[in-house]
Amino acid sequence: MSSPEVTLPTPGEIAKRRARAAHTSMFVRMLVRAAMLRRGRAASALLAMVVSAAVATAMMNLYVDVQAKLRTEFRNYGANVVVVAHNSTANNHDKNAGMESLPPDALHVIESTLGAKTMAVPFAYAVARTADGQSVVVVGTDFARARDLNHWWNVTHWPAPQIGVQLIGGDSTPTLPPFEALVGMRAASVVTATRQPFDLSFQGKTIHLMPAGLLQTGAGEDSRIYLDQSEFQSWTGVGPTTIEVAVNGSPAEIQQGMKQLAAALPGADVRPVRQIMEGEANVLNKTRATLYASAALVVLTSALCVLATLIGWVFDRRRDFAIMKALGASERLINGFFAAEAAALGVAGAVLGFFVGIGVAAWIGRVNFHAPVAPRFGVFPYVLAGSVAVALLSAVLPIGLLRRVQPAMILRGE
Amino acid sequence: MFPRLVYESFRRQTRRKLLAAVAITLGVTVATAMIAVATDIGDKINRELRSYGANLVITPQEDTLDVEIGGINLKPPSDGVFLNESDLPRIRGTFWHHNIVGFSPMLPITVKTGGSVSPDEVTLVGTYFNKRLTFGKEEFTTGVRITHPWWKVEGNCAAAGGAPGSSKPTETPNCGWPGDDSHEVLLGERLAARLGKHAGDALAIDGLSLTISGILTAGSVEDDQIVAPISLAQEILGKPGAVRRVYVSALTKPPDALSARDPKTMTPEVYDRWYCSPYVESIAYQLQEAIPHSHAEQIRQVAQNEGTVLARIKGLMLLVTLAALFASALAVSAAMATAIFERRVEVGLMKALGAGNATVAAIFFAEAMLLALLGGAVGFTGGSLLARQIGQSIFSSQISIQPVLFPIILAIAVLVTFAGSGAAIRRAVKFDPVFALRGEA
Repeated sequence: MSSPEVTLPTPGEIAKRRARAAHTSMFVRMLVRAAMLRRGRAASALLAMVVSAAVATAMMNLYVDVQAKLRTEFRNYGANVVVVAHNSTANNHDKNAGMESLPPDALHVIESTLGAKTMAVPFAYAVARTADGQSVVVVGTDFARARDLNHWWNVTHWPAPQIGVQLIGGDSTPTLPPFEALVGMRAASVVTATRQPFDLSFQGKTIHLMPAGLLQTGAGEDSRIYLDQSEFQSWTGVGPTTIEVAVNGSPAEIQQGMKQLAAALPGADVRPVRQIMEGEANVLNKTRATLYASAALVVLTSALCVLATLIGWVFDRRRDFAIMKALGASERLINGFFAAEAAALGVAGAVLGFFVGIGVAAWIGRVNFHAPVAPRFGVFPYVLAGSVAVALLSAVLPIGLLRRVQPAMILRGE
Repeated sequence: MFPRLVYESFRRQTRRKLLAAVAITLGVTVATAMIAVATDIGDKINRELRSYGANLVITPQEDTLDVEIGGINLKPPSDGVFLNESDLPRIRGTFWHHNIVGFSPMLPITVKTGGSVSPDEVTLVGTYFNKRLTFGKEEFTTGVRITHPWWKVEGNCAAAGGAPGSSKPTETPNCGWPGDDSHEVLLGERLAARLGKHAGDALAIDGLSLTISGILTAGSVEDDQIVAPISLAQEILGKPGAVRRVYVSALTKPPDALSARDPKTMTPEVYDRWYCSPYVESIAYQLQEAIPHSHAEQIRQVAQNEGTVLARIKGLMLLVTLAALFASALAVSAAMATAIFERRVEVGLMKALGAGNATVAAIFFAEAMLLALLGGAVGFTGGSLLARQIGQSIFSSQISIQPVLFPIILAIAVLVTFAGSGAAIRRAVKFDPVFALRGEA
């Protein structure tokens, strides 16, 4: 523990230097030297600090980000809002005659209102007759969109997109290559058990369809036949009556989106799909609460870790404490010294730990959600404040104990 | 001498030991609670996912096509085949009956409502609300209140009928829900607005006078329909016991490679394993076996997404638990290191008196072991209570702690304590006794 200075300055020089230097230079020097001389202990204290700050940062980052991540997962359940033309579902037993369609630009309005990331799928319905006179529901939709929104649809083969094909008129002898249709599992057994092309007629117009693939959902879709929207419309003249929309965001944002939609589409009803909304809210709330409890526990444990390490580190230096006191340092100065040391450790630990924590959160995001968790710098002040507070607390606690002890006792090694 | 050294060390240095013991206890508490929560979270979230409603539907095997747009049935309701209501309790007799949370039969029929001047055709769906059924000696309740938890009913609480004895004090009050054997119905909110009816009003349907017990907000096609007890729908249709389809809500295991296979192509062993796993496919298969002439199918929108959501949440909790274990291991290590570092003088003295490195290390390890076992036992109890508390407050159900966890937790505690003390003990043992005794530590 020899001092690195080699040449001793003359008393005059020392006096001059002392006059120039502020009291703080000695203070800073003590801080730095204390850390340098006990590198091992200082490093372990810093390590504890860094780990705790990192864990706390990661947990806070996750807590904020996971909800957004889970919401995207929940969007796999499909639409949470439906836009329905007024009176389209009520009172239409005369099969489509009075069914009002949504305005043709409704889809465009929805997308421009809610932003490009919103998924919206139009559906148009009609009841057609098969060759042997059975009624079957035919739906016109946009296959690419439906495929994006309804991940659970089990489809053997999606129909290829068809561009600019004109439909034959009212005659019943189709001459053009048949249009591809997606046939529901149960509908298939009625119209095309052998997966041969089949005819459907709607108000005297016949269309020749080729089953491209089978659709299985276990719900109403199984009894229907899906066509491309434009083919459907030129065949039946019926436009979309329902648009299913998946609105992203928190319940408040969804409410807001629904209000905007209702304002933008005065001719339509905007309704929440309560099954999806309630289910999501329920699961998300529970998950958030669990995550919150876990995060609190983890942060608490890491604070404990810091506390244990720093208390040890301060106790370990009771000799310094005693010597300082014996040399005439005031209680305030000693407290200030230890507090400054703890604060410096806290700040250094928080800064380093913050970056490590962001890395950990990003890793968890990638492993679990296959998407990185975006760093949230708003968390930093909390981590910093928490680290410094815990560090100060763990410095003040042992000093309170040591203050009662006479310096002589410590110096004598008792 | 060895036990005495250890004993005296505990007796005389209670404060230092306390610090280490507190650290171990808290660390183990957090670890236990987190492990318990993480192991149980899958089950808990699975149950919460049931709030998405039924994931299976049973239909008659020879069912005709549904011709339905927006909840309006365009097919004569008496067409087609029906399931038999008396077969339904058998659902409780299947292998995975504990996993079946509830089921509701549905019988949609078309009825005429309103005055005789302008009869208005609407769909009336007969179902169970909260029906008491018995299978063998087992009594249970089931219905849409379980399978369709998002249905919201507004009605008069005081006037609520309810089957006698069906509303225990612990259950949610029967506000507006009709009784299962009554002539009360729920009116979908949009239909109610169109007809200008409110809860408590009378509604004439096909010559029958019914009471509207509540207004239903379902956020789906039911908003335009009437929902009635199934017996009423059967009475109107004139087919007692008829059921069009049954929605079943079951706890399932996320799909994997085995679940997707066709049971017909399996070897007997694989088949047994498949049959005895609560996959949505195998439960559907068993439901089909239980109910004659039926076809059970998963509702893919609900069934297929459960797995992903469940896997994500479980994975998340696993990683968080790892973080918690890491943090508590570090806390314990730090506390132990501090406790040992302070005792270098003691080590010097022991070595000066002729103790070997091994003896000194053995004493420290014995102390660490005692601390770990003590702290581990207390921490396990604390952690169990904490986990229970978390389960109660978040999921309002118990989080069960496997007793098997106790030895594992103790082992982890001892291991972590040893690991934490190891480095410090080595340094303490290596320290030259002369320096220690001269106080130049």
